[in-house]
Amino acid sequence: MNRREFLAATAALGAITGSGMAGRWAHAAARQALSEDTLLDFQPLGNVTLVHLTDIHGQLMPVYFREPSTNLGVGKVAGLPPHVTGADFLKLYDIEAASPDAYALTSEDFTALAKTYGRMGGLDRIATVLKRIRSERQDRTLFLDGGDTWQGSYTALQTKGQDMVDAMNLLKPDAMTGHWEFTYGTDRVKEIVGGLPFPFLGGNIFDAEWDEPAFDAYKMFDRGGVKIAVIGQAFPYTPIANPRWLIPEWSFGVREEEIAKHVAAARAEGAQLVVLLSHNGFDVDRALAGRVSGIDVILTGHTHDALPEPVVVGKTLLIASGSHGKFVSRLDLDVREGEVKDYRHRLIPIFSDVIQPDEEVAAAVKTARAPFEAELGRELATTESLLYRRGNFNGTFDDLICQALLEVREADIALSPGFRWGTSVLPGEKITVEDLHNACAMTYPAAYRSTMTGKTLKDIMEDVADNLFNKDPYYQQGGDMVRVGGMGYTIDPNAEIGGRISQMTLLKSGEPIDPATEYTVTGWASVNEGTEGPPIWEVVEDYLGRHPVVRLEENRSVKVIG
Amino acid sequence: MNINRRQLFLLSAGAALAGTGAIGVAPAYADAPAADKRIAEFAGGKAPATGKITLTAPEIAENGNTVPVAVKVDSAMEGDDMVESVMILAEGNPNPDVATFHFTAMSGAAEATTRMRLAKTQNVIAVARMADGSVYMDRKEVKVTIGGCGG
Repeated sequence: MNRREFLAATAALGAITGSGMAGRWAHAAARQALSEDTLLDFQPLGNVTLVHLTDIHGQLMPVYFREPSTNLGVGKVAGLPPHVTGADFLKLYDIEAASPDAYALTSEDFTALAKTYGRMGGLDRIATVLKRIRSERQDRTLFLDGGDTWQGSYTALQTKGQDMVDAMNLLKPDAMTGHWEFTYGTDRVKEIVGGLPFPFLGGNIFDAEWDEPAFDAYKMFDRGGVKIAVIGQAFPYTPIANPRWLIPEWSFGVREEEIAKHVAAARAEGAQLVVLLSHNGFDVDRALAGRVSGIDVILTGHTHDALPEPVVVGKTLLIASGSHGKFVSRLDLDVREGEVKDYRHRLIPIFSDVIQPDEEVAAAVKTARAPFEAELGRELATTESLLYRRGNFNGTFDDLICQALLEVREADIALSPGFRWGTSVLPGEKITVEDLHNACAMTYPAAYRSTMTGKTLKDIMEDVADNLFNKDPYYQQGGDMVRVGGMGYTIDPNAEIGGRISQMTLLKSGEPIDPATEYTVTGWASVNEGTEGPPIWEVVEDYLGRHPVVRLEENRSVKVIG
Repeated sequence: MNINRRQLFLLSAGAALAGTGAIGVAPAYADAPAADKRIAEFAGGKAPATGKITLTAPEIAENGNTVPVAVKVDSAMEGDDMVESVMILAEGNPNPDVATFHFTAMSGAAEATTRMRLAKTQNVIAVARMADGSVYMDRKEVKVTIGGCGG
C-alpha cells in the first residue's frame, strides 16, 4: 500500500493517531478521503480569483516544515491570529487533532504526523493546483508571488536564484515583490528583474540618494471584466535586517503615505479592486489596513503565517499563505460597482503525496537540480531528534548550529540569527547537505569570532527583542529572537526596550554574565561588510564530522516570563 | 557636477533654508526638557496644537548618520493662512536643533525635506508657526537599531 492509498483509506476515519476529539466538527477535507479533488474542491464565486504564493524560500521540492509552537503577539494583537499555536490553534479554527489540517498548520504531534502525511509543497505540485484553478477560472485568475522566492536552498545559492526564477517563470506569475531577493546584491537583482516576463513591484523602494521611486509601485490588470490594481510592497526593513552594503543604492521603509498615494492613483485610474501584494509581515499589514483605506485585499507575507481564514480589518481582507511551498491561497471575489460584494477563500495545503506533480515543472526542477544532485544528497550525520527552526526562541536546528559554532570556533557564547526559513529533519533521518543548506544558504554566511562585553551582549539581545516585540507593529522587523548558545536568559516580551532581558547566565560556569567582562562570541550572518570567518555550513559540517549521531533536547535555557 | 543632494542638504520644494543645521558639538545629550525649551521659544509661549503639520520620517533608520525627514504644512500660503517657519528638532541629539525653514508667499507651498544625523533612538519633532501666531506640532519616533536578524 503506498502513502496515497493509505491516506485515502485512513483519513476518512478522521483520527489517525488517536485524537481523543470524538464529537468535534471536522473539516470536510479531513472527513473525506484525502485526494487531489477534495483538496482542490472549491465552489467558484464571482468574477476574480486571486492565487497567492509567498515565502517559498528556494524550495523547489516537497519539504517537512514544522510550524511554530511559540509565536507570541504583543500589545493589541496578543492572542490574536497568527499569534495562536498548537492546541489553541486547533481549537480556534475547529480543526480535529491529528487531521491533515492539524499536521499542516501546527506543531502538534509533528513527528508522528509527518510520517503519516508526508512532505508538503513542491513547485511541480503547486503548478498542478494553478493549472486546475486557471482552467476552471480562465481569464479571471491573477497569480501573485509575495517574494522570498529566490533564496533559501543550496541550488538557489549556487545559481544566485536562477533555479527559482526559471521554475517560477513556468508558473507564469502576474507580479511579485521581494525581500531576500535583494541579498543577491544590486547588480544581480537588476539583471534578474530586467529579464522577468512579469513586473517586480515595490512602491516602497526608493533611490537612496535622490529619494525617487526605484521600482514600479503598481500595475493594472483586467480580469473577469474587473480592473484590478496590484500594488507591491517589499520588506520595509531589508537594508536593516539584511546587509545594506549589498544594496547601497536602495532605501526602503513602510512608507504608508506612499501606499495611500498609490491606492488613490489606482482608484483614479479606474481600479475596481485594489490588492496590496505585501512583504510587510502580518502585524504590520494588519495595522496598515486600519490606517490606509481603500485596500480590498492584502496578500501578506514575510512572517510565514498560514491562516485558514482571512482576517478582516474594516473592509480589508488579509490573507496569510504560509511558507516553503506548503500552501497556496485561493481567494474568489465578487467585485461589482467598485467593491467586493462577496468572497470565498481556501488555504490549500500542498500534500505532496496527494497532489500529482505537473510533468513540465517536475522535469524542469529535475534538470535544475541535476548538476548538484550528488552534493545535495551527501549525508553528513544522523539526527535522533526532530530538527526544526521556526518559533520565537531557539529551535533544535538552531541549537545544533550554536553547538557547532561553540565547539568548532572555540567560543563561550554563540549567536545564530532568528530566521523563519529553514526546513525540518525527522528523527532517525540523515542530515544531508541539502538539509543543512536549507537552514543557512545565504550570501553573507561568514562565521565570525570576536570578543564582546556582557553589556554589548545585553544591548544586542534587547535590540533584537525590540525588533520582534515592539508594541507598535511598524517598528517590528519580523524574524524571531536571536538564537543563543552557551548562554541562558530570561525574556519578558511585554516589557519595554532595555527591560526585556534578564538573568543572562554563562551556561558552562553557571555564573551571571558580567557587564564589564569580555566574552568570546561567535556567530554568523552579520550585516557588517567585511565580516571574516568560514561559511557557517563549513562549521556545521565540520562539527557533524566529529559527531556522526546528534541528539538535541528541547532548549531549556531560554525562560519566557510576563 | 558631482555634488549630490545629500551633500548639499538641499531642499525640495520651494523652501528657503535659514536653519541652524548645527549637530554634534554639545558635550551632553539633549533630553526632552531641552527640546521643550526650544519649542517654547519658537512658539512664543503658545501651546502647539496637533494637525496641519505632517512630519514624515522612517520608523527605523537605515543609517543613523543620514536620516531623511520631510515636513509639510497644509496651508494656502496666502493672506492669513501662511506658514512663517518650521523648526525640526531631534529630542535625543547632543543639540536638539536640526533645521529651521522660513517661508514666504513666494514659496508656494510649505514643504521641505532634509537629512539629519540621529545619535540614538529618539523623537523627531516638527513645529510650524503660522502668520496668525498659531503653532502646530507633529512628532515621530525614529529607531536607530543594530539590525541584522530579520527574516
